[in-house]
Amino acid sequence: MVQVKLSGSFKQAAGRAEVEVEAANIHQLLTRLGQDHPKLKPMLDRGVAVAIDGQIYRDDQFRPIPAGSEVFLLPRLAGG
Amino acid sequence: MPLDSNIDPATHKFNLVGTRPLRPDGVDKVTGRAKFGADANAPGMLVGKILRSPHPHARIRSINTAKAAKLPGVKAIVTAADFKEGKRALRDVLCNVMARGKALYDGHAVAAVAATSASVARKALKLIQVDYEILPHVTDVDEAMKPGAPLLHDDMITAHVDPAPKKPSNVAARCEFGHGDPEVGFKQADVVIERSFRTEATHQGYIEPHACLASMGMDGQGELWVCTQGHYMVRNTCAALLGMDVSKLRVTASEIGGGFGGKTTVFIEPVALALSRKAGKPVKIVMSREEVFRASGPTSSSSMDVKIGVTKAGRITGALAEIRMQGGAFAGAPVELGAMSAFACYDLEHVKSVGWDVVTNRPKQAAYRAPGAPMVAFAVESVLDELARKIGMDPIELRLKNAAKEGTQSSYGPKYNRIGLRQCLEATRNHPHYTAPLGPNEGRGVAAGFWFNFGGQTCVSLNINIDGTVALAVGTPDIGGSRASMCMIAAEELGIPYDKVRAIVADTSSLGYNDISEGSRVTFSTGLATIQAARDAIGKLCARAAKTWGISPEAVVWENGHAKPSSPNAGDFAPLSLADIAKKAGNTGGPIAGHFEVNADGAGVSFAIHLADAAVDPETGRVQIKRYTVIQDAGKAVHPSYVEGQFQGGAVQGIGWALNEEYVYGKDGRLQNAGFLDYRIPVASDLPMIDTVIVEVPNPGHPYGVRGVGETSIVPPLAAIANAVSAAADVRLTELPMSPPRVLKAIDGKAAGKARR
Repeated sequence: MVQVKLSGSFKQAAGRAEVEVEAANIHQLLTRLGQDHPKLKPMLDRGVAVAIDGQIYRDDQFRPIPAGSEVFLLPRLAGG
Repeated sequence: MPLDSNIDPATHKFNLVGTRPLRPDGVDKVTGRAKFGADANAPGMLVGKILRSPHPHARIRSINTAKAAKLPGVKAIVTAADFKEGKRALRDVLCNVMARGKALYDGHAVAAVAATSASVARKALKLIQVDYEILPHVTDVDEAMKPGAPLLHDDMITAHVDPAPKKPSNVAARCEFGHGDPEVGFKQADVVIERSFRTEATHQGYIEPHACLASMGMDGQGELWVCTQGHYMVRNTCAALLGMDVSKLRVTASEIGGGFGGKTTVFIEPVALALSRKAGKPVKIVMSREEVFRASGPTSSSSMDVKIGVTKAGRITGALAEIRMQGGAFAGAPVELGAMSAFACYDLEHVKSVGWDVVTNRPKQAAYRAPGAPMVAFAVESVLDELARKIGMDPIELRLKNAAKEGTQSSYGPKYNRIGLRQCLEATRNHPHYTAPLGPNEGRGVAAGFWFNFGGQTCVSLNINIDGTVALAVGTPDIGGSRASMCMIAAEELGIPYDKVRAIVADTSSLGYNDISEGSRVTFSTGLATIQAARDAIGKLCARAAKTWGISPEAVVWENGHAKPSSPNAGDFAPLSLADIAKKAGNTGGPIAGHFEVNADGAGVSFAIHLADAAVDPETGRVQIKRYTVIQDAGKAVHPSYVEGQFQGGAVQGIGWALNEEYVYGKDGRLQNAGFLDYRIPVASDLPMIDTVIVEVPNPGHPYGVRGVGETSIVPPLAAIANAVSAAADVRLTELPMSPPRVLKAIDGKAAGKARR
């Protein structure tokens, strides 16, 4: 199980600061988060990034999530 | 792609990485041979011109093009009806490219003409009759948020507010970041300061206006030559807006005369394609400078409240920011990034930032170097400066006491891995600038800045030529010297001289998809892909040598540009150079090439500290920057001159933003200063030499430790200069730009206050 930390708008939508999801990679994590927490779904569809142990992943959905890692959900980021 | 386990960037001896070879595009650019957007030409080419709304907000009752169409020389006219209304995600892009139902800002495109000459096209624009119903408008972010403000979109319901509002407003979305409870933190503080700040919209100010040449054939196949930061994005967006197959549109990126984020979207490109499709001839559109200001994307203006508490010992106990940004007529102000980065430099127990994305009757904002971060840093770092003065602490000491480090939980969420903020602060404190004496009416300001840096989809091909030279094809337009850096990286890996590699920016049909050159991503991600493409080619070169020698490929190693037997046991063969193997390639298996395609994630965040000395003329309020130093973590500087150039460029744009640049709107909602005479960017005579210090704390997410450098450098200047000006004038400046009238008003206000006391 992966403990996903949520803050701000994500926390507000999910109704708590941390949720637990069965997922081996980012793709599974996002799919199951959307299923388990419908209020998160529009935010996930809009695009998110996932931080695993401090490293931010925007695109690599098959990035494995090692057991015990710190996982944070972030808005999808773009720059100039 | 992790840091190479066999490379410690601090001690590893690179051959080329870290040196300063000549740029490959330099001669072309100084002799005028380089081809920019407006340099593209085609036989039978028509001139495209765009009719723009003179009203900031108006319903379009009708558009009558009949008279214009009859004008001799007019070959095509398009309006919104000529574009496919497709996916919702592209709706705003489409409505911005060509107004649909309503004109939402002064300069909004409403129709376009293709004609045989510019004068005919201009005459035709005058013959197009648009029946407008003028509506009330709003251009100020705080005014736009008020109940009863003129409403831009009837269906805009503020997102991420629970419960969802029942009525539409100009507030597109709310966001929030942080942890702990700032109110608890403020109770633990000895000093709490709360202030409000405002910044005006500024334009990226690229020297080259938007320009493109579109050519659509009768068979539905098209070509586009364009000045852009992302030609794959242009291809995909245009194909969607015109209802084309992606494969039928080939886009070539020209040289680029500046972008800074402003060329990460489309404005004129779909219009030129639609005109060309209708006319059956190539159409070129070049924006005038006035159009660039009125109708391409500046950054957001902002209004912010920041509250921070500290103990007398200099520990920040609580931090709170409320940030309102207007992003023009459509949702998408970079307030989320601003809110995330607001307190990212600091290790805080109680922190919260709330952002509001607001629409107004202004052009749709576009990204501008570290979008959202500079204005928020202005507010946060100004309050910190004031707190340091209040508790009598050195401003760098205050920042060092609270600086984020490896393992700190960032204010936006995750814990940091290896970062270089502390090293930058220490390098600043040790820099001679920090203790240099100041002249009369001068003040010194210091400020910290943070930016995320990104990766993204990237694809590289590396072809070994018959003479041992190398052709490197990348898909990221070169906006900051990336061709030089890529040549260096390829040569480093292959073990050949720098001048044996030539890099080109390939067109969209020659290479797989590449994300835009944005987010300080190119040296990181295209560099990473180039390393892997070179290693892929090396594997193939070694295999050819193995075949030649009749030994196993595993028994061959690549060293200093040569294939060699890995040990005496592998056999006694004279090393084969890259050129030796290339020469025989036609008979040993055919062409040799390396490729790599990747979602390049793992870009490391970066930090910078800026030091500014400002002199304020107490009689006129004019500010002069006397000395300026940038200290920034680059992870590993591939070409230090380009890295320094990015540091300097960010500082200079920040100086303009802080002191002069602003979008000025009249009461009529029209932009008053759409030209470089009235919108004044800094020129060389306004500036001191910008000193630089490159700090190198390796990014664990890149084989060489590279971090992006292009954006962080614009984050601290607004605050560093405001702190310097505030020190020099002995009054806190809270609004940008700090133009002479505004500074004088603050000085006079202070004097009047003293007189009253």
